Amino acid sequence: MRGTEHISWFADLGLEHRASVGGKGGSLGELQRAHIAVPAGFVVTTGVFERCLEALERDLPVRTAVESLPPDDLTQIAQTSKTLRSRIEQAPLPAGVLDAISSAYARLCADRTAAVAVRSSATTEDAVDASFAGLQDTYLWVKGAAETARMVQRCWASLYSVESISYRRQRRIPENGVAMAVVVQMMVDARSAGVMFTRSPTTGDRSVITVEGAWGLGSAVVGGEVTPDRWVIGKITGEISARAISDKTIQHVPRDTDGIVSLPVADDLRRVACMSDEELQRLRDIGRRVERHYGRAQDIEWAVERLDGQILLLQSRPETVWSTREAAPVARAVDNPVEHVMSIFGGRS
Amino acid sequence: MSSPGKPQGFPLPSSLRVLPGTEAAQAAYPYYMQFTEGDDQRFWFYNSMHFPEPMSAFDMVTAEAAYCALGAANTRVHCLPTTLGIDYRIINGRVYIGGNAVTDPAEIARRTTEFQNRAFYYYANWERLYSQWREKMLVLIQDARDLPHPTLPEFEPIEQVHAGRGIASNHYLIDTYYKTLEGYFRMWHHHFEFLLLGYGAYMTFFAFCKKAFPEITDQTVARMVAGMEAEIFRPDEELRRLARRAVELGVDAHFQGGSSAESIVKSLQGAGSQGTAWLKDLQSAREPWFNINVGDGFYHYHRSWNDDLSMPFTGIFDYIARVKAGEALERPVEKLQAERQQLIADYRELLGSDEERAAYDQMITLAHRVFPYVEGHKFYCEHWYTNLFFNKIREFGALLSTHGFFPQESDVFHLTHFELEAAIVDLMTSWSTGSPPRGPSRWPKIVAERRAAIAQWSKHDTPPALGPVPDIIDDPAIVMLWGITRESLDSWLKASGDGATNEIRGFAASSGVVEGPARVIKSVEDIGRLQTGDILVCQITNPSWAPIFQKILGAVSDLGGSMSHAAIVAREYGLPAVVGTGSATSRIKDGQRIRVDGGRGVVTILH
Repeated sequence: MRGTEHISWFADLGLEHRASVGGKGGSLGELQRAHIAVPAGFVVTTGVFERCLEALERDLPVRTAVESLPPDDLTQIAQTSKTLRSRIEQAPLPAGVLDAISSAYARLCADRTAAVAVRSSATTEDAVDASFAGLQDTYLWVKGAAETARMVQRCWASLYSVESISYRRQRRIPENGVAMAVVVQMMVDARSAGVMFTRSPTTGDRSVITVEGAWGLGSAVVGGEVTPDRWVIGKITGEISARAISDKTIQHVPRDTDGIVSLPVADDLRRVACMSDEELQRLRDIGRRVERHYGRAQDIEWAVERLDGQILLLQSRPETVWSTREAAPVARAVDNPVEHVMSIFGGRS
Repeated sequence: MSSPGKPQGFPLPSSLRVLPGTEAAQAAYPYYMQFTEGDDQRFWFYNSMHFPEPMSAFDMVTAEAAYCALGAANTRVHCLPTTLGIDYRIINGRVYIGGNAVTDPAEIARRTTEFQNRAFYYYANWERLYSQWREKMLVLIQDARDLPHPTLPEFEPIEQVHAGRGIASNHYLIDTYYKTLEGYFRMWHHHFEFLLLGYGAYMTFFAFCKKAFPEITDQTVARMVAGMEAEIFRPDEELRRLARRAVELGVDAHFQGGSSAESIVKSLQGAGSQGTAWLKDLQSAREPWFNINVGDGFYHYHRSWNDDLSMPFTGIFDYIARVKAGEALERPVEKLQAERQQLIADYRELLGSDEERAAYDQMITLAHRVFPYVEGHKFYCEHWYTNLFFNKIREFGALLSTHGFFPQESDVFHLTHFELEAAIVDLMTSWSTGSPPRGPSRWPKIVAERRAAIAQWSKHDTPPALGPVPDIIDDPAIVMLWGITRESLDSWLKASGDGATNEIRGFAASSGVVEGPARVIKSVEDIGRLQTGDILVCQITNPSWAPIFQKILGAVSDLGGSMSHAAIVAREYGLPAVVGTGSATSRIKDGQRIRVDGGRGVVTILH
């Protein structure tokens, strides 16, 4: 599949394309390049966003309006956000863009009513992507080309949400470099989904993989609406050293029409582990490969396809909490190696 | 260090009563082993790891000799900075032990200097000293084997008289007895010559791993350190080899389930050259590898495979079935070694910096250098030598029993080693004077009384610990040898205070989850009750139990850490195991369904 000026397919992308496809888009391409299964998809590039913005700027300023906002004045930010969002959502799409999205959608979904996820993939000129994570919108279970295009516009608009604007204003990030790509990918009908950390979030241990998951779509876990099952797996040994199976009361599942809905989990499944040991081992293997590919610890979102049990990754980003902490070495080499035993025989120091 | 005022704690030694009717048997133990005033101020724990059953009067020599040697190594030879020896007491046949910490900083500093002059020398010259150790052990074993069988002829043999030996046979009784006892005390010094230093190097690496990888499991560290070729694996390997040989030679049909070892040997003797070839192989395996006890060698009734072929033959029988089912049964030593190297390299790669990697390399190298001793010494000491020792005492028992001192040879083990010396002198005197010995009118009643006392004591559980709970346990000897930490004591306290819970916690020794019927084995004599598909629940296991691991689904023990025998064998067999639970054998009832989660270290009693 060849891309166009508007559309880039995952297969052609890598991290080096972050400027035009955002962190998420670049990461999904990179994962596919590393032979990690991700749901197929494409990115509506930042170029499209820029063209739309240019059109809007011709009527009334957008970027300068944002830059003139005082970082602490939430009332004013909220007013500006409301105006900008509705302008972006309601603006007619530039010529060719709707066609490009429609034909990419058609290419992605043989079935014209198949569901896709439409996800923000913001970027700045500095290509700082991780810090933007979670600030912009994601729309799940979107059906049809027209609806997809509408959700792309809503993702663009979410770059001007109150949280996003405040975040950028407080960090004095220049608006000129800020742009939004939008990822459109096949929706995974997840039997189970969740997150995985290739470095322990609680202790920073690099030798374990922590997995959290629940029934249904991962949005329930990411949004904190369900207490997920939790496992600690030896990264190298595969040994499952901790398992906490929780009472999973709700799950996110696709609604009949479109979008998702939160439903109660059947009583006999609530306390059942949402992942088998074999699936956990497959996840561990994927986690190790991704970490190795990037050369650093990763926070990963995953899902298990309901029908065939395939594990797909929806996202992988570098772990930031422990990696940025400067820790003193646990021990250093000594001239006489035997001196190490004093840590045991020498008593408490 | 200790806070006696805490609401929760273990009973005080002074509150523990000798069971009514067993007072005389209790008084038989030497005065220095009895609880005394002042002991209430100290913390004691029941050493069920080494002495899971009440100790008979003679068997107490094992505690005596072992603690004399352990203490000497810690206190005076290597001068461990923060700890002296281990004190021990006995009540109702149960051995309680307590550490003797050094807390004065000036004294610790003084001892540190000594320690570094001594222990560091041992580490630096480990290979030479260890190979010298092996030589010393083999000499000691040969000396014990050379000791004469104690006998009293009616008349001195004529050739001795003509040779002018000048010393009569009765003298050789006491001579042999002294040498037997002396050799045993000496053996225990050899046993502890390297042990703490070996464990210390292992613990150093262990502590590093726990800091660098806070969530690493104990068994992973253990796997990085454990050797593959220690002597202690050999006896079980010999059984596998003999099973393969039996199939190769086509004599496997002679192994019938339920037949005695004796009848199998007899039928093989009649099986032509193939049978003879197999028996020859058996013979070469028996010396030395069948000198392994069915227990840890701390009790006289922990007989060796050589003394009772039924255990190894049952193992061979089971292995034959597996060979015929197409299993190779060979321990893939090279593969295991390669896996260990890979594991070490993989964890190394995960470390945070090259500085850490350099320290890691130093520590794992040291651990690998010293660990063969930790794994290997048991075969020579607790098994081979101890077996020779108890068998020699048994010979004295047979002699004394012939002279009417007591009905059976094994009754000798109801006399303390001091009393046995007196009985031998009594017999020597009687042989020389021509008058009847006095013992026959004295010992039978005492022996009966003590046998009854042991039976009484075995029926009663004893508290896992006594006295005030220390705030921290940092005595390296206690942590290393018994795996006891403040956390394990808390879980024991919790278990004794909260009997309602159906969960028992211990060390996660070998991961995996399994459910099945519990077979509670309190004494080695019960091993025969284990059926295929049982979960073994025991106080402690030892290397000669390895063949039964092919039958069971999982294992749970009262005592032991991640380097304990049960843990090592369970990992090798891929069976879930939880060790060091403190109370599994008293809380789990035989036949109950239990779930063993070896990854979490939790045993659940299912109803």
